[in-house]
Amino acid sequence: MIKGNFIDNLPKVYGIYTGGFLGFIIIMSIAEQMGMTAKTIGICFVAFTVAIYAIIGYLSRTAQADAYYVAGRQVPTVFNGMATAADWMSGASFVAMAGGIYFKGYGYMALLVGWTGGYVLVASLLAPYLRKFGCYTVPDFIGTRYGGNLSRFMAVVVLTVASFTYVTAQINATGTIASVALDIPFQYAVYVGLISILLCSMLGGMRGVTWTQVAQYIVLIIAYLLPVFWISNKMGAGFFPHFMLADEVSRIAELEAQFGFVKNSAENLKEVPKGLAGITKAHSAVNATPWAFISLALAMMMGTASLPHVMMRYFTTPSVKAARKSVGWSLFFIFLLYSSAPMLATLSKLSLIDPSLPTGIIGKSIAEVQSIDWYQNWNQANLMFVSDFNGNGTLELNEFFMGGKAVVLATPEIAGLPYVISGLVAAGGMAAAMSTADGLILAIANAISHDVYYKIIDPKAETAKRLVVARVLLVVIGFAGATIAALEIQGILGSVIWAFDFAMSGLFFPLVLGVWWKRANKEGAIAGMFLGLVSGAAYLIWVRTGGSGFLGITQLTFGIFGSAVSLVAMVVVSLMTQAPNAATQKMVDEVRVPAGKSILGKQH
Amino acid sequence: MSKQEQHWEKSKGLLMMTLAIWFVFSIGIFLFGAEMNEVTGPFGYPLTYWFTCQGSLGIFVILIFWFANRQEKIDEEFGFSERGDD
Repeated sequence: MIKGNFIDNLPKVYGIYTGGFLGFIIIMSIAEQMGMTAKTIGICFVAFTVAIYAIIGYLSRTAQADAYYVAGRQVPTVFNGMATAADWMSGASFVAMAGGIYFKGYGYMALLVGWTGGYVLVASLLAPYLRKFGCYTVPDFIGTRYGGNLSRFMAVVVLTVASFTYVTAQINATGTIASVALDIPFQYAVYVGLISILLCSMLGGMRGVTWTQVAQYIVLIIAYLLPVFWISNKMGAGFFPHFMLADEVSRIAELEAQFGFVKNSAENLKEVPKGLAGITKAHSAVNATPWAFISLALAMMMGTASLPHVMMRYFTTPSVKAARKSVGWSLFFIFLLYSSAPMLATLSKLSLIDPSLPTGIIGKSIAEVQSIDWYQNWNQANLMFVSDFNGNGTLELNEFFMGGKAVVLATPEIAGLPYVISGLVAAGGMAAAMSTADGLILAIANAISHDVYYKIIDPKAETAKRLVVARVLLVVIGFAGATIAALEIQGILGSVIWAFDFAMSGLFFPLVLGVWWKRANKEGAIAGMFLGLVSGAAYLIWVRTGGSGFLGITQLTFGIFGSAVSLVAMVVVSLMTQAPNAATQKMVDEVRVPAGKSILGKQH
Repeated sequence: MSKQEQHWEKSKGLLMMTLAIWFVFSIGIFLFGAEMNEVTGPFGYPLTYWFTCQGSLGIFVILIFWFANRQEKIDEEFGFSERGDD
């Protein structure tokens, strides 16, 4: 099925798929009217979508290295854009982002700017040149440009550290959603999530992941936008929320001024369940210093340009030109969701705190709030909590607490949307987390199978054997990730941000200078990767263990320190050692010209 | 200067321009976040708030497409464009 004219038929295939999915939503809402329970609807949504991904994964099976590693380099720009957007937007973007904006306002929105601005760096500094190079993996570029097994191996190490930090968070997210939707304990749900992930990538490698990611993007964007538009219309806030919520934003500012941000005593806060927070920051005012905002945005931007699972998506386009355009499409598809997250946060917050709205709970009596159905549901799910700290019997702004996830998960229910929307949101969150986890596990497994096994250990291995190794690694890494995820060591968002910092500490300058500075050599690159990663990690450990840090660099932005060390080390060591030989310099020249054959052959 | 060097000079020029625009909307304007937020921006949102929600993000999308088109023009000018379309 997926051969030759499949590529030409893509718009039709995914058009039918989208129509089918919308049809499924309608069938489910009819079923809800006829009395299907909320739980069954949730199970149907998650099971149906995961089954579709598994079928796509099966149909994309392949025995060719080119198809397995880079999807045969024939993915059209727009579809590659969708796949990248799904690859990029993780469980954190889908479930946690609106919540972060809801609670932290401006200081958090540095992430929106950072996670989009990074694509400008990807498009202008790296993607087209790495595509011209014709590599299978990111370490493949480092290893060939700088030469030597040590540089290749160092790149694999940085890639693994960053991606593995990231992937445990994603498997954790699939587990959370699977456990809620299927009503099974988290420890088992994590493995259900993992098996769903592996179904997409095991047989078809990058090809399977590409076509499932496109399908997952369609599910996740419908699941995000439909509730936002619906809620906005239902509240009478405007039929196109993105352009029409100015009144709501200023109304929130007005209410904030009216209620004031009362600080709770430490004693009172002890009562609040772990992970829940109250509204303590202004919604639309600037509540962070310029450096706090800029340093976080900058770290995320440089991290974006160093994360291998994103970069390798641009290896799958048919040409260099297509790689550039494809970055634009990726960001466009990401923009659709990211620009909606602040709108969802606004709608969610206003509907909860505005006493003049029927859904508003601030100012109502505590007993009344505690008797609301949705409050009871989400209180039971440990995502909402109220307490009468001042004993006056009414709920104040500082007495209402919520989990970050609740903004996306609970707002539809609060606004009175049918349950079918909650099922849809669960399917969307699952799609977001699965697609990112797939990309990451594949990035690690491919780097180890291609760069360590094939390039370093056994360069004579046959394709069949290489692909067996790649698949075994996929399973091993997946299970390792799931096992760590099941331990629930740290939150989803924190580990995602760390992944960016690790990636930028070790890989940003070795990648960028590999293209833009001919004088950069092997010794410099190795020093840059090694010292960057080590100093970044050391800074993180120092700050985590009570260190004060310097220059306002926190545990969320330690990559700024790591990458600065990496840059200095790389430049100094490069200049102190011999310039790269003529062949390498010629190779860099060729990379800079889009036309002509790629540096590495089709089968390497 | 060889054709290839000229091509690279022009590409570098384009890169610098792209990065300058990127810098303004990802870093530059947020140096004045507090002052800028006093101003009412598009659709009536406070200006800094609008930039973080939509403005900067949208500008990045347009910037990448603009960059890609300009780079294609440069490649064509020197006969380095690839044959075939996507």
